[in-house]
Amino acid sequence: MERSTKVRQWLIAALTLAIILYCAAGLDYSGLAAFSPSMGMDVLSGLMKPNWGFVYDGSGEDLVSLLLLTIGIAFLGTAIATVLAIPVMLLSASNLWRSHPWVARVGKFVCNVLRAFPELVYAIIFVRVVGPGPFAGVLAIGVHQIGMLGKLYTEEMEAMDEEPVEAVRAAGGNFWQAMFYARVPQLMPIYTSLSLNHFEIAVRSASTLGLVGAGGIGAPLIFAIQARNWDQVSIILLGVILTVFLLDLLTGYIRKKLR
Amino acid sequence: MISFEHVSKTYPNGVKGLKDINLTIGDGEFVSIIGLSGAGKSTLLRAVNRLIDITEGEITVNGVSVTKAGKKQLREIRRHIGMISQNFNLVKRSTVQKNVLSGRLGYYSTIKSILGLFSKEDYERTREALESVGLLDRLHTRSDELSGGQQQRVSIARTLVQQADVILADEPVASLDPITSRKILSDLQKINREMGKTILVNIHSVEMAKAFSTRIIAMKSGEVVFDGTPEELDGEALTRIYGRNILEEKEEEADET
Amino acid sequence: MKLKDTIHYNWYKHLFVVFLLLVCVLGSAALTEADFSEVFENADQIGIFMGRLAHPDFSYIPDILDPMVKTLKMSVVGTVIGVLFAVPFAFLATTTVTRNPVVTGIIRFFLDIIRTIPNLLLAALLVAVIGIGEATGVLTIAVFTFGMVSQLIYESIETIDYGPIEAAESVGANKVQIAVWAVAPQILAQIASYTFYAFEVNVRASTVLGYVGAGGIGVVLNSSLALLKYERVSIIILTILVVVAIVDTLSEMIRRRLA
Repeated sequence: MERSTKVRQWLIAALTLAIILYCAAGLDYSGLAAFSPSMGMDVLSGLMKPNWGFVYDGSGEDLVSLLLLTIGIAFLGTAIATVLAIPVMLLSASNLWRSHPWVARVGKFVCNVLRAFPELVYAIIFVRVVGPGPFAGVLAIGVHQIGMLGKLYTEEMEAMDEEPVEAVRAAGGNFWQAMFYARVPQLMPIYTSLSLNHFEIAVRSASTLGLVGAGGIGAPLIFAIQARNWDQVSIILLGVILTVFLLDLLTGYIRKKLR
Repeated sequence: MISFEHVSKTYPNGVKGLKDINLTIGDGEFVSIIGLSGAGKSTLLRAVNRLIDITEGEITVNGVSVTKAGKKQLREIRRHIGMISQNFNLVKRSTVQKNVLSGRLGYYSTIKSILGLFSKEDYERTREALESVGLLDRLHTRSDELSGGQQQRVSIARTLVQQADVILADEPVASLDPITSRKILSDLQKINREMGKTILVNIHSVEMAKAFSTRIIAMKSGEVVFDGTPEELDGEALTRIYGRNILEEKEEEADET
Repeated sequence: MKLKDTIHYNWYKHLFVVFLLLVCVLGSAALTEADFSEVFENADQIGIFMGRLAHPDFSYIPDILDPMVKTLKMSVVGTVIGVLFAVPFAFLATTTVTRNPVVTGIIRFFLDIIRTIPNLLLAALLVAVIGIGEATGVLTIAVFTFGMVSQLIYESIETIDYGPIEAAESVGANKVQIAVWAVAPQILAQIASYTFYAFEVNVRASTVLGYVGAGGIGVVLNSSLALLKYERVSIIILTILVVVAIVDTLSEMIRRRLA
């Protein structure tokens, strides 16, 4: 018995290794040939000298204004998603539709479809709908996050403690009274925490959406990278990292307070 | 008055929870329901306010059929039946006051309750109820900051503001230590004696059932196998319920140690 | 009766939060020049998109199978490399093993910074530094995995049972021996589970990496979007969806068996 499990473990390990090697062998590494150490040094030395002049020049096209815009895109997108994810959740939580389980299945399908498209694809679509600019980024993040938050909200709703709900029902409360007196108080802090977490994620996405013309810090960064303008890249990256880092701290603090 | 007439419950998976139960519980009785786990105690209790739908027979509370009640009627019936349970069933993050007030929800429209527009009388009732369980100073305390015994007393206060005539207690002391358990049961006894409320308790401890109730009902595989006063519950009856005389065994154990 | 005796006793707190949120929403709406009427005015555009997306071009499937497989291979290799680097760093990021809060603090700060860089930006940066190609994609995924998994591992190291560590210490084991004999066996299953989780996340993420030239299915997605061939975009997204669903199910199955 012990011997056979040992053999099986070795077989699994060998198989895993074979898969990894097969995958590693099947890739094209020719791109690496173009890389030379001197080029790397060039990049590195550029990155070490951030272009401080870009931080703020009052033109509205400087680092501070663009980072603020990026945060704005992420915030509004997440806010829209939070508001719209609630009806989606009400549709797709199976514990709210005991007598009509098919409704919950439709709701979950909607969530999955919304989540299926990468944010970048939404951004491309919305740039065509409302024109290039930050608002396209807001919509892209908003629509994508409805699916993400909708799914998470639904999971929390389905996993919640049903006993207080039963208590309200037993005292003669109706569906909506149970909702507001037993469900909402339990879920509110969790939902807030999830939304804050997705705001953080949205800041990260918002800083890349500029790639397709959806506003924010992404566009100047890509231009700087393509122009190999490393001192510019350096200051923007520093700005993005610092912003995300500070927001992490802030949302972490709020989340701790919510408990 | 609560009456069960030929009540049976068969679960969708074919398990019989209750088998042809016939009982009449008069006003002001303190009834303990004992029996092994899975004997149908909880099913019996939850059938009274229709948290569980029965499959046969009829249950009436104060002459009104629970079984045949429509949605609105059921809400009205439930207003008059309080319920407490093993896990206290409080909203842990809400304040004591809000938890107790939620016992009045059955009397409010949806809109009024969502906006939290409770009447002055109901706030007064909440204070009185909390005073009678000795927790008035905890009005704005979050429920999860209270001990288990205190939480159970909050849930008792909730049934008091409900002004229910009947209180169903589903294993109210199962997660509490023996001393707190006795306190909770004597609180219930006080409510039973002083306010004349009918009380139905599911309980595991035979000793406590004997000590506090006026009537004991024992269940075994969905049937009532004993129904009488605490005095009538003797060794022979216990052997019938549990397969052996558990009270005597405990005494023997106590002698040995 | 006074307000402070009711359930609304802390109304001013709620009002403050609502006010704060309102300010943030309005502020970010102004910043991003949000104009929701635009969305409705151009609703026909969305309709056209949806219409074309609803007619996936199934004849294009043979052309996307190869890049899809490449994406999977990239994810496998990137995940494995990332996890291999994550394990030692995770150990260094806990005082359980290092007994040195300064080292741990520095390592954690470094890991935090790695995690703040959005992966699309990382890809763009690496493409600029080492050139276009699949190897760049692998590297991006590896760095991304490294940041994500190292945090998950060090968090689980912190919650392990200290008994075996004390036992090993009492017989005079050194730090490496403790890591290998007392800590590793307790978290091995978790590391494996995180690896599969990271793989899931990576498959999703790597589908867009091609957008900046990091290889895989994203390259095809990008060109189809650029050529406005939405029937192709649709089938590509469908394929990604199916593959992600299969990977999710498989990895969840394996993770459940590991737990």
